[in-house]
Amino acid sequence: MSNKSLVSIADYSKQEILAILESAADFELTPNRKTLDGKVIATLFFEPSTRTRLSFETAVIRLGGSIIGFSDAATSSSSKGETLNDTIHMVSCYADAIVMRHPLEGAARYAAEVSPVPIINAGDGANQHPSQTLLDLYSIFKTQGTLENLNLCLVGDLKYGRTVHSLLMAMSHFNPSFRFIAPEELKMPEEYKVFCRKKGIKFSETSELNENFDDADILYMTRVQKERFLDLMEYERVKNVYTLKNEMLANSKTNLRILHPLPRVNEIDPDVDSNEKAYYFQQAQNGLYVRQAILSKVFR
Amino acid sequence: MEKKLKVAALKDGTVIDHIPSGKLFKVVQILHLDTCINQITLANNLDSKKIGKKGLVKIADRALAENETNKLALICPNAKINIIRNFDVVEKRPLILPDEIREVVQCPNPVCITNHQPVITRFFVLKDNDQTRLKCRYCEREVKVEEVKIK
Repeated sequence: MSNKSLVSIADYSKQEILAILESAADFELTPNRKTLDGKVIATLFFEPSTRTRLSFETAVIRLGGSIIGFSDAATSSSSKGETLNDTIHMVSCYADAIVMRHPLEGAARYAAEVSPVPIINAGDGANQHPSQTLLDLYSIFKTQGTLENLNLCLVGDLKYGRTVHSLLMAMSHFNPSFRFIAPEELKMPEEYKVFCRKKGIKFSETSELNENFDDADILYMTRVQKERFLDLMEYERVKNVYTLKNEMLANSKTNLRILHPLPRVNEIDPDVDSNEKAYYFQQAQNGLYVRQAILSKVFR
Repeated sequence: MEKKLKVAALKDGTVIDHIPSGKLFKVVQILHLDTCINQITLANNLDSKKIGKKGLVKIADRALAENETNKLALICPNAKINIIRNFDVVEKRPLILPDEIREVVQCPNPVCITNHQPVITRFFVLKDNDQTRLKCRYCEREVKVEEVKIK
């Protein structure tokens, strides 16, 4: 495995996370640089993505690099039965680094093991999506001025939602407290609660959204993702459980900010968009700077 | 006395002792003893001071590979491996799981890469008090030993 690969947020120490955030702040001030001049980056998207692919590709272009790749597995040799091992070896003949999204969990770790060039995981099924986690951290840092001692409410699909799992693990460096708000079917898995207990991180659980976030600094909303359900009956039962409305924010703290990895469906009412506490579109923009920082770290 | 005779009767090979009676045929299955051509003796429901009733397997002229002892450590961690040479027990080997096991179990996560591509399974062994859990190196899912299928 190339030690420059980024597969899981756990691959980065606290110092490395903070260095990425510092670097992202620099890129926000000066986004156009020639850090990747002459480099070819492959973006292999075995499943569809809009934000992640476009922001990675924009990051490469703004850093002076070139892009090859595909955005649909149907147009790649994997549709002919080529193994991931062979695809990675073939692409590494042409590219200096590979940004990959794959529907199978663990695909990025495996790719990083067999690849002679660095792999950046842009999401492997419901497992890891470290660049999303880093842009979440950057957004929290920007809006709160710190990552230390914050109170975060994680809402929605806490069972299948990879972003909340990675965020929980990354925030564990910064003495957070959590409230998990989810329906019974989508509760935070036990292993993450065990992780919190071991780390001495305070958390509470509830299934009611209304007014359960008045002491929160961050309200992290998530979508109930149909594609993560093996049982579609279960999806139908829980898909419309929570919708955040503007009036529910009346008693919230002034520094509260609402984050969402996007796309949203109906878990945040459009009337929240005009509230100054809504931060999800700026959060998506922050993704560009964070991905510039990640790509630059790969070639440093 | 009878137990000693059974063990001593093996000239060279391996004895797996102190298998819980309910696990004997699982041991046969995971070690693929049904297709093994060596001489094999199985005994079950033998009296045991330690565990009440026990099973025992004797395999002539065969040493267990590391991944085989790892399989045994998963399903019957308190069993004992006796290595026999020229009728003597030359080594009593406790079953100890290493920090990582390879090619031993199948990941129960249906969307794990290891269930779709030719990838050797690798699990981290997490020992927490008396309970052993396994964490897939690839999909990072943590599972109980009872949840995995032993290859």
